[in-house]
Amino acid sequence: MRNGYLALAFHTLFILFSVAPLMVICLVAFTDKGYLSMPFDGASLRWFYAILDNPEFIDAFWFSLYLGIASASIALVLSVPAALAISRHRFPGRDGINAFLLSPLMIPHLVLGVAFLRFFTALDLNGTFVGLVLAHTLLIMPYALRLVLSGAVGIDPTLEHAASSLGASRLTTFRRITLPLLMPGVVSGWVLAFITSFDELTMSIFLASPSTVTLPVRLYNYIEETIDPLVTSVSAVLIILTMLLMAVLDRIYGLERLMIGKGQ
Amino acid sequence: MNAANSASPARQTASRAPRGPYWLLSPALLFYTLLLIVPIGMTALLSLYAFDDILGIQQQISFNNYLEVLTDPYFHKIFLRTLVMSVLVVLVCVALGVPEAYILNRMGSPWKGIFLLVILGPLLISVVVRTLGWAILFGREGLISESLQLLGLSDGPVSLMYSQTGVVIALVHVLVPFMVISVWASLQRLDPDTERAASSLCAKPWTIMRRVVMPQIMPGILSGSVIVFALAATAFATPAIIGGRRFKVVATTAYDEFLNTLNWPLGAAIAVILLLANVAIIASYNRYIERKYAQVFES
Repeated sequence: MRNGYLALAFHTLFILFSVAPLMVICLVAFTDKGYLSMPFDGASLRWFYAILDNPEFIDAFWFSLYLGIASASIALVLSVPAALAISRHRFPGRDGINAFLLSPLMIPHLVLGVAFLRFFTALDLNGTFVGLVLAHTLLIMPYALRLVLSGAVGIDPTLEHAASSLGASRLTTFRRITLPLLMPGVVSGWVLAFITSFDELTMSIFLASPSTVTLPVRLYNYIEETIDPLVTSVSAVLIILTMLLMAVLDRIYGLERLMIGKGQ
Repeated sequence: MNAANSASPARQTASRAPRGPYWLLSPALLFYTLLLIVPIGMTALLSLYAFDDILGIQQQISFNNYLEVLTDPYFHKIFLRTLVMSVLVVLVCVALGVPEAYILNRMGSPWKGIFLLVILGPLLISVVVRTLGWAILFGREGLISESLQLLGLSDGPVSLMYSQTGVVIALVHVLVPFMVISVWASLQRLDPDTERAASSLCAKPWTIMRRVVMPQIMPGILSGSVIVFALAATAFATPAIIGGRRFKVVATTAYDEFLNTLNWPLGAAIAVILLLANVAIIASYNRYIERKYAQVFES
């Protein structure tokens, strides 16, 4: 079955709609004027150099990077045993526990932000790196768990039986057989969890303090004040970095599989 | 999942110690208890406290915050506005996402993958960045305003900022990939032979669409709609940046109560209502889909 002209016209408009706002950002970032404008009558890199004079964006970038790495790693450490338990064993409450572990997906980020603000204020953890790591870990757990789980379901248990029948200890079996087989799920789960943490705004905005600002929160606060070419050049850098990451991911894992994990 | 009765060493240890899976689950469950149950419980409790402009939060239990939110016409307007906006976003996402997924599915090998990446890729970019692009396009000197004037469709500069139209367009852009994935997933299960069979029996293309394709992808459209609705109704960044103070929705109102007015109990009550409404809508919609399309899921 082939698409008609009408279908292709619709498709072209749809793609244009999808990329238009991102393209506008990347174009405006190259302007040589002091205000928002297209770079067609004068392009320069001045707004990219301007990022270097604004350490608040660079600091926020590093902060988001550390936050994403820490929370994605903790989420994976919690997800791997949980995924093995759910995929290997049948036990009372299995479906309920699975649904419970995926339940943060159903909770609006705003509600999580409010709840953590309340909780951390009581514990005196508000506005700290530790608080943000704990909150982000909970938020991204479902993404990590789901991808590890889909990886764990496909593992053939006879491979582990073979290892232990040849005298391998349980730890050796886990380290040498189970974990390598689980690796695609672990890597993709970690990456999706990291990206979700790195991009998160709504929950973090409740928890950020002047010394703990994530990059999306910094961008949001800046946009609230004013929209100038500086914020577009920062955004353009983010768009380009994400595209590079996508290309790498597509090579290693296949982006389609990862995305289906995000959407459903 | 795996053969439960195979006499394997792993199985034997599992049957010798039936608490095995619970041990594996205990770190995650402990974490969830401390960081999900306790904070949500404390928020629910907070929503029952009173707030005084001078004295601050008062620990007297009452349902006054809920009464205030549910009876004040100001909050009615905000809830109604959020509902209308979310329904509009869902309708536009269906109108755009369903045909696009169908067209994409009929494309040839390299293009299918490339365009799927182009459509889904933006999901990996922060909502703040995606919304910023629309804010630039929507401004009085933005591209949309300029081209409308150039085409003679408008006399003066037009701004879509702070309007419902603007928020809906930007939210559709943020959320339509979820509709495409959802419909795409159900198209993967669709047997192309059913379409060929219908056309060999001389069915017109429109009839094939309506009688053969649509019923099979309906579960995908419905579950995509639930995802889009839930995310639109609770969205914060896009309504905050494009809608601003003039187009306030539930999420931005709760944010203001918390961080500007500092009326935490009232903000907590709005958050609890949002959570309950969200869970109720998702759960009832899922139950409806499962009951109605049980046979599709089983096949």
